[in-house]
Amino acid sequence: MKTIRFAVDNWPGHVPGQHADVRLEAEDGYRAERSYSIASPPEVSALELTVDRLDDGEVSPYLTGELQPDDTIALRGPIGGHFVWTAPERRRPLLLVGGGSGIVPLMCMLRHRRLSGSAVPASLLYSVRTREDVIYHEELTDLASNDPWFTLRITLTRDSAPGWSGAVGRVDLAKVRALLGDLGGIADSFVCGSHGFVEAASDLLMQAGQPAPAIRTERFGATGT
Amino acid sequence: MITRGFQGRRSQSESKRLPPGQSLTRDFPVLSAGPTPHTPLDAWTFALQAEDGSKIASWRWEEFHALGPTEVTVDIHCVTRWSKFDTDWRGISVDRIFEAAGIEEPPSPFVTAFCDGGYTTNLPVEDLLEGKALIVWEYDGEPLGPEHGGPARLLVPHLYFWKSAKWVRGLRFMESDEPGFWEVNGYHNYGDPWREQRYDGD
Repeated sequence: MKTIRFAVDNWPGHVPGQHADVRLEAEDGYRAERSYSIASPPEVSALELTVDRLDDGEVSPYLTGELQPDDTIALRGPIGGHFVWTAPERRRPLLLVGGGSGIVPLMCMLRHRRLSGSAVPASLLYSVRTREDVIYHEELTDLASNDPWFTLRITLTRDSAPGWSGAVGRVDLAKVRALLGDLGGIADSFVCGSHGFVEAASDLLMQAGQPAPAIRTERFGATGT
Repeated sequence: MITRGFQGRRSQSESKRLPPGQSLTRDFPVLSAGPTPHTPLDAWTFALQAEDGSKIASWRWEEFHALGPTEVTVDIHCVTRWSKFDTDWRGISVDRIFEAAGIEEPPSPFVTAFCDGGYTTNLPVEDLLEGKALIVWEYDGEPLGPEHGGPARLLVPHLYFWKSAKWVRGLRFMESDEPGFWEVNGYHNYGDPWREQRYDGD
């Protein structure tokens, strides 16, 4: 994983949850484009993308390995208008469930929530394989200890590191119920991760009583590159 | 804008079957905006509606199958840049559905496809006729799984795949073109992959 910060010209602004398309062009005109979730909140001027390097990919190895400071690339966006959350428009609690790099758009929402001074309670269930795979760990931990209205729940699915005091195992009904218990009542729910993760987590949210229309999903992973 | 140091892997781009900006996949990726609905077959119907929502015709699951299935093998193209060649589907052509409903001339130039879960998408009627679109319930010889739109989905392979609405329950005739779910969320109103009409403004 690598977070890349871009100084953007003529960026029209975005809302948390949207993505941007990166367009790379070779000297002979060959192009490759991919979408990446935006990690930086609308309140800051730079645009941050957190990119998961896929070894057999075409764009992510370039972004994480070849791209250097002061290089210029073409970005298009923002894109997407459904998997989005804007603090002033939302009164219900915010429930976030992320698997792996699915944390990125959720982190954008949490950063926006903090910087906009939103009083909406929020809770994040973040599932990763190992402790080393936790992105934004320090920032999330700081947020959890400084904000009484934010609850952080990280679960490790592969192993529990020495000294790990958090949860282990895949997202299950008990974990989802605990998450809903943090907030009480119906929340605006956002689930992001691989297809299998999103399918399982959104089903569990419904089993725990969340109405389907309150659940928004974003899936990725099996798109080849 | 040339990207310094970018070479790219261009083996796939040679194919004339691949629309611009697409990559070939062997998987069948899934994209959905919300949880997957699970509609029991005994509660399933497929309906044609007038613009005011009144029923023109509707069929229960078995009745719908009895309209006379056809099989097609087509290439599909998702706006998230994957394409898949030679996908096999079984279902009822929209031509046959209109015929079975006694519709000789479509009453209006557009339709909204409506679905379980509240998803909608809009299409010109002419993009559904002359074998260009089906309502399908089988993929690759197997019942269509819920995550891929089962019990049945619309299949309009010449447009980006979000137009092939999952969990479809009917078509509503529309006098004017009313943007659907993704169409009001920044995606292109028509979605021709060969003209790379991904987003609003393309």
